[in-house]
Parts: sequence; C-alpha cells; structure tokens
Amino acid sequence: MILRLALGSLQARRMTVGMTVLAIGLSVALLLGVEKIRTGTRASFADTISGTDLIVGARSGSVQLLLYSVFRIGNATNNVTWKSYQDIASRPEVDWIVPVSLGDSHRQFRVMGTSTAFFQHYKYRRDRNLSFAEGEIIDDLFDTVIGYDVAQTLGYGVGDPIVVAHGLASFATHKDQPFQVSGILEKTGTPVDRTVIVSMEAIEAIHVDWRQGARIPGQATSVEIIRTMDLTPKAVTAAFVGVKSPLQTFALQRAINRYPQEPVQAILPGVALQELWGIVGVAERALMVVSMMVVATALIGMMTTLFTSLNERRREMAIFRAVGASPVTILGLLLLEAIFSAIAGVILGVGFLYAGLLFAQPVIDNAFGIFIPIDPLQMPDISLLLGVVIAACLVSLLPAYRAYRLSLADGMMVKT
Amino acid sequence: MAGNGSIYLRNIRFEWPGRPRFAIAVEELLLEPRDTVLLLGESGSGKSTLLSLICGTVLPTCGELVVAGTNLTSLSGTARDRFRAEQIGVVFQQFNLLPFVSVLDNILLPLRFAPGRRQRAPEPESQAGELCRKLGLPEGILEMRAARLSVGEQQRVAVARSLIGQPPILIADEPTSSLDEASRGNFLDLLFDQVRSQESTLLMVSHDSRLAKRFDRVVRISEIATVERGRG
Repeated sequence: MILRLALGSLQARRMTVGMTVLAIGLSVALLLGVEKIRTGTRASFADTISGTDLIVGARSGSVQLLLYSVFRIGNATNNVTWKSYQDIASRPEVDWIVPVSLGDSHRQFRVMGTSTAFFQHYKYRRDRNLSFAEGEIIDDLFDTVIGYDVAQTLGYGVGDPIVVAHGLASFATHKDQPFQVSGILEKTGTPVDRTVIVSMEAIEAIHVDWRQGARIPGQATSVEIIRTMDLTPKAVTAAFVGVKSPLQTFALQRAINRYPQEPVQAILPGVALQELWGIVGVAERALMVVSMMVVATALIGMMTTLFTSLNERRREMAIFRAVGASPVTILGLLLLEAIFSAIAGVILGVGFLYAGLLFAQPVIDNAFGIFIPIDPLQMPDISLLLGVVIAACLVSLLPAYRAYRLSLADGMMVKT
Repeated sequence: MAGNGSIYLRNIRFEWPGRPRFAIAVEELLLEPRDTVLLLGESGSGKSTLLSLICGTVLPTCGELVVAGTNLTSLSGTARDRFRAEQIGVVFQQFNLLPFVSVLDNILLPLRFAPGRRQRAPEPESQAGELCRKLGLPEGILEMRAARLSVGEQQRVAVARSLIGQPPILIADEPTSSLDEASRGNFLDLLFDQVRSQESTLLMVSHDSRLAKRFDRVVRISEIATVERGRG
C-alpha cells in the first residue's frame, strides 16, 4: 500500500519527477560512460600488443615510442638504421624480431611496412593471432594486406588497387607504384584494423625516386626495373622483439640501450603503458570527479524539487496524519519517493549508457582505433549505481526531515 | 464498533509551538458515546485547534484530555497516531482525498495504520463498496482516480473513509462548506444515516447555525473556550 502511494504520488507529479529522473539518468550515463571509456580504453590499449617483450626505436620517450609504433599515434623523431636493426636481430637473446616502417598513408589510414613475421608474431588480446577474413598474406612486392576497418570504410576487396600517399598529410602520391589488396584481416579491435600493411621492400620500392622526402625531379623508375633492384631497407621506424627467455629481457634491454653505434632504446610495452596511465591518470581522475559533480548536481536538483513541492503537499500530509500516519511514516514516504526517483534515474542512465555505447562504439573505433566493448555492468559499475541511490537517499533526508517537522507542526490542520 | 465514543476535555490550555501569540483555554467539553454535537464558532475562534487536540496531533500544555476512554496526554506521539487511526475518523472541509490513488485506496487508507480497524473490516473491499453504495456513490467508483470525482463525491468518499472499520468517533471539520444547498442536505442525510447505523459519536464543526436542528446538541465554542491573542 505504502509503495503504491509513493508510486502514485510520483505519477501525480510526473512532469517534475520526470525531469528529475532525466537529470539523474543523464548524469548516471555520464558517470558510467566515463568509467566505461576509461576501462575500455585501458583494456583496448592493453589488448593491442601481447607477447612482445621489447619494442626498439630511436631514442626518445618510452611512451612516445609505444604510441607511434603500436598505436600509430604521433610520429617517430628518428629512424633506426638497418645495420643497427640487424645487429640487434643477431643478438643471441633474440628469438624473433619484426621490423616496422611507418611514415606513409592511404587516405586517412597509416601504411606500415613490415615483414611476414609480423603476421606470425604479432599477438593481441593475450594470445590471439591475426587471421584473414579474405585473401592471403603478402606474396608479391606490391601486395598489401589491409585491416578490417580499412576494407569496411573504403569498400575494398581482394584484388583492388591501392595508391599510397607520401607522408601523412601530403598530396604527393606513389601513383606509379600501385599496390593490390592480397588479403583483408579479421577485426581485431586494435590499430591493425586501421592499417595498410606492405612489405619492408615495398616501402623501399615506392621511395626509389625520392630523396629526403621529395621526389627527384625527372626521375621515374618503372616497376619492372624496381623489381630487379636491391630493395634492402635502409632504416626501420621501430622493431618488435621477442626474447628466447623472459629472464633475458632486461639484459637485452640494457644492451640495446647501451648500443654504441646509434642512439636507440628498447622499452617494455607493459611498463611504458603503465607510464602512460600514470600520465593520463590525473586527467582520468579529474574527469571522474567532474562526472561525480554532475551526479551531485542532479541529486541536488531532486532535493530542490522535493523542497519546493513540500508546501503544496501539506494537504496531502494532513490527510496522512488524519488517518493515523506518524510523521516518521511521512518522512519514510518522501524517502521512498526519492529512492524510486533515483532508481528510475539509474535505470534510465543505464539505458542511455548502452544506447550511447551502441552509437559511439563504431565512432570511437573509427576515430581513435579504440574498441569500447559493450559488456554487462561489472561490480564497480553496480557499486557506483548503488552509491547514487544511497546519495539520493541522503540528500532527500533534508526535505524529508522538513516534511516531518511540517507534519508535526501542522497536524491535520494546515496553517499556511 | 470498538470502545466507547466519549470525549472529555477539562481545563485545557494550548499554545501552538512557535506561534505563542495564539493560545486557547477550554473549560470543559463532554460528549457522551453516540452523541451528535455541532460545534459552532466563527473563523479564528479555535475550532480547528480544538479538533487537533481531540485527535491527538497536538497535546495541551495542561488539563485533562480523555478520548474514547483514553487519556491522550499519557500516550507517546506514536501511540497517539495509532490511537487516532483506531478510534477516530476525520472529514475535512475540502481536499480530503489523495488525488493520485483510486477511491478504494483512499477509503482503505486508515486500515493501513490501524490493525484494530482492519480486524473490524474483515472484507475491506466489499465493506468499502457497501459504504459507497449507502452514501449514494455510483457503482464502479472504487476503481476511479480520486482526482476525477466531483466535490460532492469527494466529500462522500471522505465520509466512507472515516467510517470504514467502524471507529467510535467521527470528527468533521465543516464538511459541507464547499457544497451547494441541495447537496448539503443530501450529504448530511447520508452522513447521519451512517453515523447512527454505526453508533458513532459525531462532532461536527461549522459556523452555519442552520444545521443545528439535525444534532442532539449544539455547543458554541465561545461558551467553552477562550482564545488569547498576543500583540504584534
């Protein structure tokens, strides 16, 4: 009965209650959304590279090396010469090594030169290997394997031609050396989905007529001649390294960092990632605090609505008092209404969250290469929601106590 | 019906908390069980305050206040709320019903707070229907939302609510003031029929002396109580 009364009272004030519930719902969606994106981003980043013990690149910052080599965010400050790469590759601790050459692009997607070992050793989400949705691995010099999003966005299929642009935002293209799509990878939820993969030799091949970032005037070497040339790479942007024994990882890292011929560095991906989280952690916490403040604002809005409704509800309270309800019952009724509003807001917020995720997931994936999974709510999420309901209960104590005082003072006779 | 429906006040004094400029002193008022008494008084004469005292929502600062054989001053706040739910039915001047629930929920509301009254209405829904029928309310009204009723219907539903579970005392605070002449007579006929059939004590407050002939007794509040008003 008391539940029905509370629900009926809420329904009678459905406009104001609806606005309150909407405000709570939006704030809850924001709170959960920030948390989902935070955890999703972390998981997405952590899942992007697995099984790689070291990443080697030109000496800069470890986070920067991680970002440009794995996540295609930012650019390398320098390259590592092929000789240094080979020196590192020939070290006894090295089990496998995969070169990575970045710098060119196709439409909005990065082009990555690598070896076929990449398809064998690159792992994501702990131990998953790349697999082909269509076609096969690079066979010819001008073959390319494209990521799932590249194929989806540009509508490419196996056999389609691709012309690579020089650099990342340049109108100059390598149109004389077009590639052909030999394979399309399955979706991985990593930056690989948004990458055009070619061989290291192909990177050399398309730059035959280029010196220091510019085309050599009047020079246009034909594809046939290029195929006969020595296309051994001159440099790599980075390299992924697997060691024979985990015990050798630090020794190899030290050796690479002390490499005398060239300023190179080796980083542990997990450590660099932690460093990255350390940097962005402050912003994450700030974002969390802001979204909590938004929830607090919505709850204060609810409290204000309850306060303003008290005067017009004094008749209602007088009726309750007349039929024997104690002031405590009236306090409980108001608390119950606040709890119902908060629960409705929380449910609406969860609905908004998943609707938002359904909409935003492909957008974020396309824009940033970050795959936010649409999972059921986890314990931390449920704790947050519970916290919102408890907070709603606490803030509504003030107007409920005011109602209690009013009903004590008014009794059955409303004196306005 | 439960218990005796007597009301006895003697040498009562009361000041509204936080409103020290208004005080009422009641010399003596006695209602025997099954009495129907009209309490006449002008606006501001302390009628509503007197009803609050009898219902136990406020306590006098001194004096004797015995309702249905119970000394209200000896009860805690919670016990007085329970006592009111069990022993007293109340009808207001207007705004008697919770507009957002059905007529049935409104009528059954006192039973939620009064187990004794609930026992006296073992089939509450059929008793509510029976009361509505006797009060001339249309069939099917129980399921209707209270907000959709006319003022006259609302007053009669309020009477049904005050009578459910047969409380020994019925307090009515100017229940006819919002009704027109024709409805007023009809309403009072129905009210008195039910009060008499349930053998309840009726104390009705009004400033309309034309109603006097319907009651066993008429009490002018000015004869039993004095109101003191401070300056400022």
